[in-house]
Amino acid sequence: MSQKTEKLIDKKGLRLDGRKSDELRPIKIEVGALSNADGSAYIEQGKNKILAAVYGPRELHPKHMALPDRMVLRCRYHMAPFSVQERKSPAPSRREIELSKVIREAVEPAIFVEYYPRTAIDVFVEVLQADGSTRCTSITAASLALADAGIPMRDLVVACSAGKIEDMIVLDLMDIEDKVGSADVPVAFMPNLGVITLLQMDGILTHEEFEKAVNLAIEGCKKIYTLQKEALRAKYVSVKEVEE
Amino acid sequence: MSSIIVRVKQKQIAQLIAKGKRLDGRGLHDYREIKVEQGIIERAEGSARVLLGKTEVMAGVKIETGEPFPDTPNEGVLTVNAELVPLASPTFEPGPPDENSIELARVVDRGVRESKAISTEKLCITPGKKVFVIFVDIYVLNHDGNLIDASALAALAALLNTKMPNYEIEEGEIKIKPGYSALPVRKHPIAVTFAKINDKLVVDPWLEEEQIMDARLTITTDDDGNICAIQKGGSGYFTPKQVFEAAQIAKEKAEEIRKKLGWGKNGEKN
Repeated sequence: MSQKTEKLIDKKGLRLDGRKSDELRPIKIEVGALSNADGSAYIEQGKNKILAAVYGPRELHPKHMALPDRMVLRCRYHMAPFSVQERKSPAPSRREIELSKVIREAVEPAIFVEYYPRTAIDVFVEVLQADGSTRCTSITAASLALADAGIPMRDLVVACSAGKIEDMIVLDLMDIEDKVGSADVPVAFMPNLGVITLLQMDGILTHEEFEKAVNLAIEGCKKIYTLQKEALRAKYVSVKEVEE
Repeated sequence: MSSIIVRVKQKQIAQLIAKGKRLDGRGLHDYREIKVEQGIIERAEGSARVLLGKTEVMAGVKIETGEPFPDTPNEGVLTVNAELVPLASPTFEPGPPDENSIELARVVDRGVRESKAISTEKLCITPGKKVFVIFVDIYVLNHDGNLIDASALAALAALLNTKMPNYEIEEGEIKIKPGYSALPVRKHPIAVTFAKINDKLVVDPWLEEEQIMDARLTITTDDDGNICAIQKGGSGYFTPKQVFEAAQIAKEKAEEIRKKLGWGKNGEKN
């Protein structure tokens, strides 16, 4: 394929979209993008366009699934059929089922689940356009939607990927870098607690490269964390200005 | 589950781990006994049964021909599927694969695929049109914890045991010739799973440890000690330090297992 011959890094060490190795794609976040949901967030990271919505805490159906001492967190990660080059069937794929699980397990450590026994919280993530590292962008959006819904949390969860392309460890992979590159390491992080809540990897990395990639991804997470907090403030602190 | 005896036992497991001990007498980084038996299903092109303590997993390999993926027209296709068979545990139910069996299959798949264990470029029949498709079906027979490591071992053991029919191509059609040759396997990816209990990492958790663990981390390494797949599971977290420590232990443990089973450098199989 022609992709294989394409250089991912030019002579100046810049990537296909002109980014440096440790640079994030441009990020735009809007909290409360949907009026029906109890909490929601819309995020653009490069060409990724992702909506997350939270419903709950609400009654759980079927009722026998409810837990007496804590809430049940449910999560659905789903890609729109038009979000990728070739139409994706709207039926959930094995990849989407796995990602729904890891995204749920990435945001769950942040939530005080014991505050709402016998209830459920549903997190719905719709990828409207995909351009690599969508699971990370989804987690960043999902935790904002949870915060917007007023769910008590220990911290915001923020996620970012790092990877290896042409022997270089780089931050925030886009689609072509993920496909052609030699490794992808998505990381979700709670900056206040300094802990990792999602960690996956595919590709080949030495131990040193792996440590470097995780540390770089964490640095990326910290930068996005600032933007997350700004987006929350933009909704909740600027309300008065809108009323004028 | 909630019986008082189970709770007492769980409490004891957690307290022992805090002191660096385990209820079954193992050290924190010790595996249970591993037994591998290959070639147990004659109808399958390759097969294996793995016992990891009381956890029992079988894997079978079937080979068919099919179309390659458009982005790799010259390579054979690998498909991994896992079944949590209802007879293996009171918590497994019949029905389509749930998120746990899908995750299990995808983590095993990632280890084999990313380590490039199978020389898929040798499995091409007609570029862009016809290639061999390798189906690895994982069958969990008894669940006593750490299904990922047992399944990854079973899948690899079955692949190492796989024989491909000899063939020749006549006018674009494949003709089967007598005799068999081994499936080209060049790497031995080994998955090592950790459970975090009481903020300590334990290797190869058994079922009762899994029930009380905060989080799970699987790290798969290849023969050269490179990391080729990672999966965190469970609704807890790890500190970066714990992750790097786990990566180091995983590498050592994988080397130990390869040595014990005679796979890779110390037991050339080529």
